[in-house]
Amino acid sequence: MDYTLESSLMNALFESLVELIRRTSAEIPEDVHRALLASLEEEKKGTIAESALKIIDRNIALAKQKSQPICQDTGSIIFYVDVPIGFDQLAFEKTCREAVTASTKKGYLRQNSVDSLTGVNDGTNVGPGAPTVHFHQHHSPTVSVRLMLKGGGCENVGAQYSLPLEKLHANRDLDGCRRVILDAVVQAQGKGCGPGILGVCIGGDRATGYEYSKQQFLRMLDDRNSDPRLDALEQDILKTANELGIGPMGFGGKTTLLGVKICAANRLPASFFVSISYMCWAYRRQGIELDADHAIARWLY
Amino acid sequence: MIRLQTPLTEAAVRGLRVGQEVSLSGVVYTGRDAVHKYLHEGGLLPDGVSFHDGVIYHCGPVVMKEPNGDWKVTAAGPTTSIREEPYQAQIIRDFGVRAVIGKGGMGDQTMAACKEYGCVYLHAIGGAAQVLAECVRKVRGVSFLEKFGSPEAIWELEVVDFPAVVTIDAHGNSRHREILAHSQAELAKRL
Repeated sequence: MDYTLESSLMNALFESLVELIRRTSAEIPEDVHRALLASLEEEKKGTIAESALKIIDRNIALAKQKSQPICQDTGSIIFYVDVPIGFDQLAFEKTCREAVTASTKKGYLRQNSVDSLTGVNDGTNVGPGAPTVHFHQHHSPTVSVRLMLKGGGCENVGAQYSLPLEKLHANRDLDGCRRVILDAVVQAQGKGCGPGILGVCIGGDRATGYEYSKQQFLRMLDDRNSDPRLDALEQDILKTANELGIGPMGFGGKTTLLGVKICAANRLPASFFVSISYMCWAYRRQGIELDADHAIARWLY
Repeated sequence: MIRLQTPLTEAAVRGLRVGQEVSLSGVVYTGRDAVHKYLHEGGLLPDGVSFHDGVIYHCGPVVMKEPNGDWKVTAAGPTTSIREEPYQAQIIRDFGVRAVIGKGGMGDQTMAACKEYGCVYLHAIGGAAQVLAECVRKVRGVSFLEKFGSPEAIWELEVVDFPAVVTIDAHGNSRHREILAHSQAELAKRL
């Protein structure tokens, strides 16, 4: 089978990707919206926590109606692409970059990518490492594209711990993991635009740990971990974090986290990392499956 | 809900207390990392820009140019303020700032400057870019657009009924400090 992209397919792919970017930036996924509405019910009436969540809910409606970014920080642009064997990844990535620049011109994305050495923002959102495209081959003829836009405020409160960590009495076991994850929640306070969602990887190396922790955000918010040990830890962290009184925006309140997603990766005997990514309430992730003509066949969230 | 109108007086600012919700109308200037570093290093504000009795908004908006040449803010939520902690106290002092809007709170130096010079920190709702963009009725001007790029430029914005919460007041109180201490104590009970 020949997966080299012809120009008509490239054009269709470009249109599909621009629509994916628009919708990811402007529309909160339903599972996240449901969780936010549930937390609004939980908060005491007349508190600033309730007031904050009401503004958040109004913002979600306005962004969708106006087809404009939910948050002005349209974030790191991270594509996860599942492709058939032999698929032309180079052509795909080139089209991704063009779609990102076009979406920036349309205002779906902020001019958000800065040269780290010169400080220059050329307004294209494209440069070394930007956007990020992760390809994954699978034994299926379909192409699916998931997109995450992860803002800098929440990225900055991510944390990586190396166990054992004496000052937190964290040993190389699940209790040690629990201690450092909850420490990350307390350190983050409201700075990551809570109520937030944690993606955690136990193990891996310094790079893969963070990478896998981010991939946890591709899960549905209301799913359950298939590993009963990690499921128990996820539920425990969620419950405990919501007892700490940090609340939306760190104003105080009942909702500190909307969800916790944890995975494990093998590690070296010498290393034991726990990598924690924090996603803000403006949890922008969407996905599309493409049809044979590279139009959008269906939405994945 | 307390209504605030720029220019802000010291008395109005000193009348505010942590935990109060405010609704701000008037003029605010955006300023974030590049602007703070520039002013800290002795840079001068452009002609016509004054922070005296004014408001700095930690924000990098999405701004589009309309066909008639006007600017339109299409997304304008707050950015994380703590990055400006090394610079903020000095800028409050030197430029007579009465309110800083941002998110995530600020540290002890800013809190001390708020108390000494009569300034408050107003916490906007992070991520609420559309609700807050609706409050921006007009872009009056922009400075340093070429020099710092659009998100880092100083945008002079006319706002109406901009919602925020006082989380650092001019009396040495910080909601952030209180919540941190409370949450640390609650966590200690659960380890």
